[in-house]
Parts: sequence; C-alpha cells; structure tokens
Amino acid sequence: MSGLWWLVVGMGAITFALRLLPILFSDRADLPPILRRGLRMVPAAVLSALIVPDLLLRDGQVVVSAANPRLLAGLLAALVAWRTKNIALTLIAGMVALWLAAAVLA
Amino acid sequence: MPDEGRSEFLAGVRAELPICLGVLPFGLIFGVVAIGAGLPPGLGLAMSSIVFAGSAQFMAVQLLHGGASALIILAATFVINLRHLLYSFSVAPYVQPLPGRWKWLLAYLLTDEAYAVVITRFQSPPVPGRPPSADHRFFLGAGLTLWATWQLSTAAGVFLGAQIPASWSLDFALSLTFIALVVPGLRDGPTIAAALVGGLVAVLGAAAPYHLGLILAALCGVAAGLAVERRGRAPAEPAA
Repeated sequence: MSGLWWLVVGMGAITFALRLLPILFSDRADLPPILRRGLRMVPAAVLSALIVPDLLLRDGQVVVSAANPRLLAGLLAALVAWRTKNIALTLIAGMVALWLAAAVLA
Repeated sequence: MPDEGRSEFLAGVRAELPICLGVLPFGLIFGVVAIGAGLPPGLGLAMSSIVFAGSAQFMAVQLLHGGASALIILAATFVINLRHLLYSFSVAPYVQPLPGRWKWLLAYLLTDEAYAVVITRFQSPPVPGRPPSADHRFFLGAGLTLWATWQLSTAAGVFLGAQIPASWSLDFALSLTFIALVVPGLRDGPTIAAALVGGLVAVLGAAAPYHLGLILAALCGVAAGLAVERRGRAPAEPAA
C-alpha cells in the first residue's frame, strides 16, 4: 500500500476512535455535569460556526450588503427554516434565492 | 418485536431522507474535487467509506493538493473531528445497554447529520401512547441512509468528474442543510447565545490555520450558552 492509502486508514482510525471511545467508556469516565449541560449547546454552536462564515465572508472579507448573494439566500433560508421546520423547503428556497440573486447581481 | 424494530428502522430512514437531499450534492462535489485534485478514483471512494466525515475529507484533499505532510493532515483530522467526541458522549447513555457489536456499528455511523436526527428524536419528550423513542434501530436506519447517500454520491461525483459547472454553487447546499438543522431549534436563550457567539467567533477566527477557528468558536459558543443559562437561574436538570 502506498503512503496515501495509509493516510486514509489513519484518518479513518482517528475519526472512528473519536466516535467510539466515549460510547465504550463513558460509564467509567463520566463527563463533569457542566460539560454534560454544555453538550446540549454543541450542535447550535458548531453548526452556526460552519454557517455564518460561509454567509458573511467573501475571499476572507466580511461582506454585509445586498451584493452578497449567499447572505441574502441564507437569511431567506433561515426564515423558511424558522417558519416551516422543513429541510427540503429550506434547501429549495435557499438554492433558488442564491441563483436568482446571483443572476440579478451579475 | 420484529415489527416494532422494522418500523423504528424505517422511521430513522424517513427522518434522515430530507437531510440526504443536502448531503447528496456535497458528496457529488467531494467526488469531483477529489478527482480534480489528482487523487486516484479508488482513493476518493475509500476516503468516503473509511473516513466517512465530509469536512475532514474536503480538508484532506485540499491539504494534499497543497502538498501538506501526512502528519499535518492527521492532526487536522483530529481537530476537525473532535466534535464527534462530544456527539459520542451525548448518545452514550442511550446506547449503553446494547451489545458491543452494536456500539461499534453505531459509532461508525455517528456523523453530524445522523447525530442531529438521532439526538433530536432521543431527547424529544415521550408521546403519549407511543413507546419510549430512544431506539437503536432508529439510529441504524438514519445512519445507514446517510451512509448509502454519501457512498453513492461520492461515486457519482468521482465518475462524473468535472461535468458539473461550478456556477451552480452546489456547495451552498451544505450551509443550507446546517441552517435547516439549527434555526428551528433556536427557541431558548442559552441555545441562541451559543449559536450567535459560535458564528461570530468563527468569522473572527476564519483566518486561523487548520480549522482551529471552528473549534475555538464551538468552545466559545458553548461557554456563552452556559453563562446565559446560569444567569437565567434555570432549575438544575436531572442527569439524563
């Protein structure tokens, strides 16, 4: 096997270990209560940290204006998500808004 | 009962399907990007089945293309996937009674997208007249559905190559998926604070190397949420 294949196996082992070890051993090494309460907020914090830069940053610069199609489309999608809680509708609204905004701004 | 097991499994499949709509273009793009960066097709497919973690896979392709060393790529994989440690702690109480082979299988399937669906279901209050819903077959249905989508869309991307024009901006579907997952849950102060601070710190830390900004943002977001919770003097919740 070449080095690239070993790299993929190594990445897989690291990822799998992170997903498996707490499931296997959390009864022996429990998290402190404060971390346990913090876990509830992890999805909101992490996912927001993935979303917001994608909406706000263009080539490393913050762009808050009507000339940023991803910001417009993302805000619309957030509104749709808030009102409908429907993932498919959110995706469709966001993609169509992005294409329209990009077409108008082009 | 086998019937109940099958219906739990199918409920997991159904809950995961809308998310797969958002994952499909992402997998397709990963396949295309991997080929574009010069990876052998088999290696792109192997990455999706062995690593099975989208953002780490994209990062690895990017770093490989830029000539980074294996050690840096492994370290970045660890940092980017640290969040799975938290997911694993979070689902651990629900899978604790299961035999070992189930734990290994479900751990392999514990992606962002499966976790979001599974934890939402496991933490939702019980519906009168329905059995408790923390069922591992629901987890299996959701996890396998996402797994199949990821493998098939990666394969499609690898074999289609660069047929998809970049002007379609299909990568945006990923952010839209995350929006659809996060926004409906923003109904209480601590969670809103976690999301706001997480997003803000991620923007400020976007230039930090190896996605460290992402990890920092997650920690700050959680800390902000805990601080708001403490100020609100929320009654202590019993341990799950």
